[in-house]
Formats: sequence, C-alpha cells, structure tokens
Amino acid sequence: MTTNGWFQIAFFLMLILAVTKPMGVFMARVFNREKTFMDPVLRPLERLLYRVTGVDENHEMRWTEYAVSMLLFSAVSMLVLYVIERAQAFLPFNPQKLGGVAPALAFNTAASFTTNTNWQNYSGETTMSYFTQMAGLAYHNFASAAVGMAIAIAFIRGIARREMETIGNFWVDLVRSCLWVLLPFCMVGALALVSQGVVQNLKPYDTVKLIEPQHVPKVDANGKPVLSPDGKSVMDTVTEQTIAQGPVASQEIIKEWGTNGGGFFNANSAHPFENPTPLSNLIELFCIFAVSSGLTYTLGRMTGSPRHGWAVWAAMAILFLVGVSVTYWAEARGNPLLVVGVDQHASALQSGGNMEGKEVRFGIANTALWATVTTDASCGAISGWHDSFTPLGGMVPLVNIMLSEVIFGGVGAGLYGMLIYIILAVFIAGLMVGRTPEYLGKKIEAYDVKMAMLVVLVFPLVILGFSAISAVEGFGSSSILNPGPHGLSEILYAFTSQAGNNGSAFNGLTTNTLWYNTAGGITMLAGRFLMILPMLAIAGNLARKKYVPASLGTFPVTTPLFTALLIGVILIVGALTFFPALSLGPILEHLLMSAGKTF
Amino acid sequence: MKKNLVTAVLMTFATTILLGVAYPLVVTAIATVLFPANANGQLIQRDGKPIGSRIIGQAFTGPGYFHSRQSAAGSGYDAANSGGTNLGPTNQKLIDRVRQNAASLQSENAGKSVPADLVTTSASGLDPHISPASAEFQVPRVSRERGMRADEVQELVAKHTADRQLGFLGEPRVNVLELNLDLDSKRPLQETVVK
Repeated sequence: MTTNGWFQIAFFLMLILAVTKPMGVFMARVFNREKTFMDPVLRPLERLLYRVTGVDENHEMRWTEYAVSMLLFSAVSMLVLYVIERAQAFLPFNPQKLGGVAPALAFNTAASFTTNTNWQNYSGETTMSYFTQMAGLAYHNFASAAVGMAIAIAFIRGIARREMETIGNFWVDLVRSCLWVLLPFCMVGALALVSQGVVQNLKPYDTVKLIEPQHVPKVDANGKPVLSPDGKSVMDTVTEQTIAQGPVASQEIIKEWGTNGGGFFNANSAHPFENPTPLSNLIELFCIFAVSSGLTYTLGRMTGSPRHGWAVWAAMAILFLVGVSVTYWAEARGNPLLVVGVDQHASALQSGGNMEGKEVRFGIANTALWATVTTDASCGAISGWHDSFTPLGGMVPLVNIMLSEVIFGGVGAGLYGMLIYIILAVFIAGLMVGRTPEYLGKKIEAYDVKMAMLVVLVFPLVILGFSAISAVEGFGSSSILNPGPHGLSEILYAFTSQAGNNGSAFNGLTTNTLWYNTAGGITMLAGRFLMILPMLAIAGNLARKKYVPASLGTFPVTTPLFTALLIGVILIVGALTFFPALSLGPILEHLLMSAGKTF
Repeated sequence: MKKNLVTAVLMTFATTILLGVAYPLVVTAIATVLFPANANGQLIQRDGKPIGSRIIGQAFTGPGYFHSRQSAAGSGYDAANSGGTNLGPTNQKLIDRVRQNAASLQSENAGKSVPADLVTTSASGLDPHISPASAEFQVPRVSRERGMRADEVQELVAKHTADRQLGFLGEPRVNVLELNLDLDSKRPLQETVVK
C-alpha cells in the first residue's frame, strides 16, 4: 500500500462528498417539478413525449397503478430488446455481419439489461451489432436506471406525503429521470471520455499489420489446441491484429452514470478503448457514485430533514471505507504462492501486488477502489477480474453485493434498498424502548415491517437456493473454472451478482449454458421486481398515514447513534445470512492459500 | 391498465428513438469533429499502412524488443476478443505458468526478481503498458540485441514513460508499442534476428 494509493482513494471520496448536495438539490427540484436551468430546452421535449405517448402529466397514481405501469414498461421494453437481439442480422449498423443471438442467451441478456443488472453471458465485440449495443443495450442503461430512480422517488414521496392515496406518476418520473438527470450529463460526459481516448465510431473493425509476427499454437473453433498426428501442437503465424471498434463512449458514460455496468467489450472498463487513462478511470468511478450519493440528500430535502440524509450518507461512507481498505490491503500484499522469483513489492517503479487480471495504468489502488465501488453500487463494471483477486480481496465485492448494495448503491435501487434497512433499524430501536417505532413522523406498523422482511428474505432465498443446486448438480458444477473452494465462490458470486442486479462476475464460470442462462434470468427478474413490489406497497401505505409529531420517545434519525445502529443492522442481517456460505468459499480458500495449498 | 399498456409501448419506441438512436449518433458526430483521432482508435501509420493503435497492446516476443505483458485475449493480444485468464489465486495452472515465465526471464537477468506485471496477464489482454520496473528489467537484453548502450536504451524508455496523470492519478507506465517503434527507427534490427 502506498501513500499515493490512499490519497487517490481519499480524493475520490471527497469528490463524492462535494457533489452530494448540488446533485441532491437538483434531483429534488426535478422530481418536485420545480424550475431548473435546463427547462428551456427540456420542457418542450418533455411535453412532446407526453403528447406522443398519451401521458397526462398531472395525473397522480396510487401505488398499485404505479407498480403496474412500471411492470408494463419493463415487460414491453424487455420484449423489444429480445427481438432486437434475435433479429440483429437484419437490422442496420452491423458492419461485422454478426448473426442473431441464440434464444436462451437473448432471454438472459434481455432480463439482465431490463433489470439494471447487465450480467453478460456473451462477449460484446464478438456477439452484439452496433445497433443492438446502441438501441438495445445502451438504451436499457437509460431506461432501467430511470425506473430505479422513479421507484426511489416514489418511496420518498410515500414518506413525505400525509394522508394521501397517491405517490406520483410513473411516466412523469421516468421521463424526467431520463431527460433531466441522465441525458444531459451523458452528452457532456461521453465527450469527456472521448477526449481521453474512448472510441466513438460506427466503422468496421480495423485490421493492422503486426510489427513482429507471432508464432502461436493453432486452435480450433472451440478454442482447443490443434495437435499434429504425433501429438505436438501445430503452430500458426499471426501477422495481423483486428481491432474492434464501435460507439463506445456514448454507452460507457451511461453504463457508469446509471450504475448499469455492461461493457461494450468483454473486458469491460479494463479495455483500453473503454477506459484508456487514469483520468477516464476517475471520471467513470465518479459517475458510478454521483447520482446515488446525491439521492441521500434528495431524501433529506424532500422529507424536510437534511440531517437525516447526511446520517444515511455517513453510514454508506463508513461501509465504503471499510470495504476499500480490506480490498486494497489484500491485493497490495500480493499472492503468497508466487513469491519465488517474482517481485510483488510496491516501489516508485511499479505498483507490485497481485497483478494477475489487472492493468498497469490502474495498478493495485485503483483496481481495488473500482472493485469496491462497482459492488457497493449495483454497477458491476470491472477494471480488473475479480476471479483473479486474492480470496479476501475478492470476498469484499461479494459481501458488498450480499449487503444488497446499499453502500450508495444503484441509481435509485441503492436508496430504496437502504430505506428497507432504515425501517428495520427504527423498528429494532422501537423494540428496545418498547414504543411503536416512528420514522420521519410516520408510525412504522406491522404491515410495513412484514413487507420489509419480504424484501430482505427474497434475496438470500434466491441466491442460496440456486447456488446450492448449481454446486451439487453436474449441469452447474461442470461450469467451474477454478477448482477447490474458489469454485464455490464462482457459483455463489454468480447468483449473488444477478440477484443483486450487479452484473460483475467471477468470470471463470462458464455461464452461457441453458441452466445458467435460464436460472440467471429468473434470478435477475426476481431480484428486481420481487423487491420493488413490496417496496411500493410500503410507500403507498406510508403515504396514507397521519403525521405524528416527534416526541421525547421518538428515536432520532439524524444522529451518529442512528448511523451506528443502521450499520449494525446492515451487517447483522446481511452478513449473518451469508456467513456459512462465505466460510466454505473465500474464507476457506484464504486459510488454505496461507498454508500453501493449491488446486 | 389498457391505457398504461398503450403508453408503455409508445414510451418504449419514443425513448428508444431519442436515447438509443439519436443520442449515440449525435455524440458520434460531435466526437468525430472535436476528437477525430481519439474517436477512431488512435491508429498509428508506418509507411502509409496502419500498424497498430497507440492504446492497444501488441505481442512482442523477440529478444530485440521490449516484451509486453502476458495476454489471454484470444491467442494473445487479439483486439477483437478481449479478456483475462480468470485463474484464481490458488489455481495450480496460474502458479505453474508464473513460475515458468519467471524462471525463463531470470535466465536473461540472473539474480533479479521479475516485476509482477511482467509475468501476469492483464485484465483486458490488451494492456498497452508495462511498469517502469519491467522496462528496466529488460534493458540489458534489448541493448545487447540492438548493439546499443544501456543508457541510450534507458533514455528511450524514459521518453515513453508516462508519469501519474495530473501528478497523482494512476500509476507510472511505459507504452510498449511506441517504445519498440522508436527502437526500430533508431536502430533497426538485422533481418536475421527477426524470425
């Protein structure tokens, strides 16, 4: 670990701290339909969209209509994505003449991008046409993020409103998310990324002549080495390099700003065309947290308690710092099994550490920071392969997702996930003093806690259920790349990532199979919609309630004590659920690695 | 319900046209005007032919060149098939591969430990950089093969070393392709050396 490494991490957190209030105020204004400086351009566009789609912007919805609209939009847009993937061979912007995507993979990908997961069982540059990437995948990066934001805002309204039946209009929240919060920033941000070297074009892949032709073992269509009759591998001479291109920057920016995470290329944000410089890396990291961090301030502002917003922010920031510290420490130590003849010490001339699956320009500090940020948020973009991290370094991303990504979290999803934990925290505080718990002037009663528990229980049920089946059945375990306890970590990570709508992976697992495509698709849909429905039910129920003024017995939600209690609840609920599984995967692997055992 | 279904269909199409088609095309147009080289991948030409991208790595294995990192992209540095090995830290395959590479590299530079990045695969498989430590490690071999003095080669390495961006971001790094191109223009390899 180096001073510079810690400084980069601290600098990043300061940037997030600085953007929280301006972003939060801006979003509160947008969703309260107050004036913003972008109105002269965006209001006409907004009105046009309502006219074309038949939306009455002054219509208010009960939570049930809000939920139905959200489900209908998700279902229709998912179907359209499926059709685009299957039919891409007949659609424009396909210079590489890529064929249609196979049905199971197309279903998995459609579910993945609709749920803001961006789990990828394909590699972008060999599977998806430019049209599919732009109008299918990048489009859903906007749409799914906007849906998440709409739900979070509806939830905040539920808390803020008194004795009302409605929580807003889904279509208005959706459109305002897209037009005000997502699109303008992405226009500017995409160009900032191009200035660093992220590509943005629609041309066919380039072919260049190598400076030094390479002799490599010849492989067949399945990637297996071709052997001569006497058992030696046949050599091939490679004289050219084909360089994949595409409209990358426009997708890269919304991929981070909307915490989607689906890479244009297989290597995601480790690819030099997605993330070419340390500055592009900082911009992308900033984008992953900016909206979610701002939403904590929006929560405080819309409910009339800015200090509550900051108390929630503090809980998130503390959990973030713990995670990044462990990952950075574990990765900087390097791999103890590789000490012979290899220099893993950090110096002025190298970052050292565990460099397998990492890029030189980012080194250890930035890759550890990225892995923490991308799993704190439900982003899932990667700048180094988590599968090749040390056991503890790789466990932090896994645990971050298992805590249901409430450490800043996905756009909207992070905040509404955190609100469930807040309800549990005030409920537990209420139990301790023997009073009906209150939250910002609303009594938290049996119905609310039942719904909150439903959200909390769906998550481990899906993850542990599917992981257990995959670990014991051949159709699941045959996909493992790394033997030993690491294999279990691969499966566990896959279902955790999909249920949490994260999308990052222990990528060694072969997941483009009928089982993983199907089970994964179901997991992602459950992880998204089975969470949102009880959440909207709570929002609708809270909106109906009377305001109860705070009294001496009310547990204050603006203090460090509240922050500490909230962290406690998150860790107890999240960590205890998954500790047995973790102890058989990464923890066991760490102990065996320290003892010098390999697999 | 029915009204919201109609809205869902219309909303999907209207926003797809705006966000899925108009937005990327507008960004492409502006990017092409403002940053034409970057938008198209920063291709380098030699003798009028494209020979690589400034920010995409290439494989170099001959003794007269600085070697790039290990790559798991296709058969190595396949820029249409990016990716890593995904080998876990306790996988015997990883341990064997690294030990083997480290041993063969140590034979050319006896007694020195090999910098970690030189024996590990990158995340993208297309890492254009090596660490300054890895460049320094290879200076004796390259200067011997090229018939250059070590300090001449070190000077070239320094020229292609980028410091942390803005003084503190990222890590110092050496661009392998540009360094090797510069070597070729300063002191071309004998034909016999290139197999």
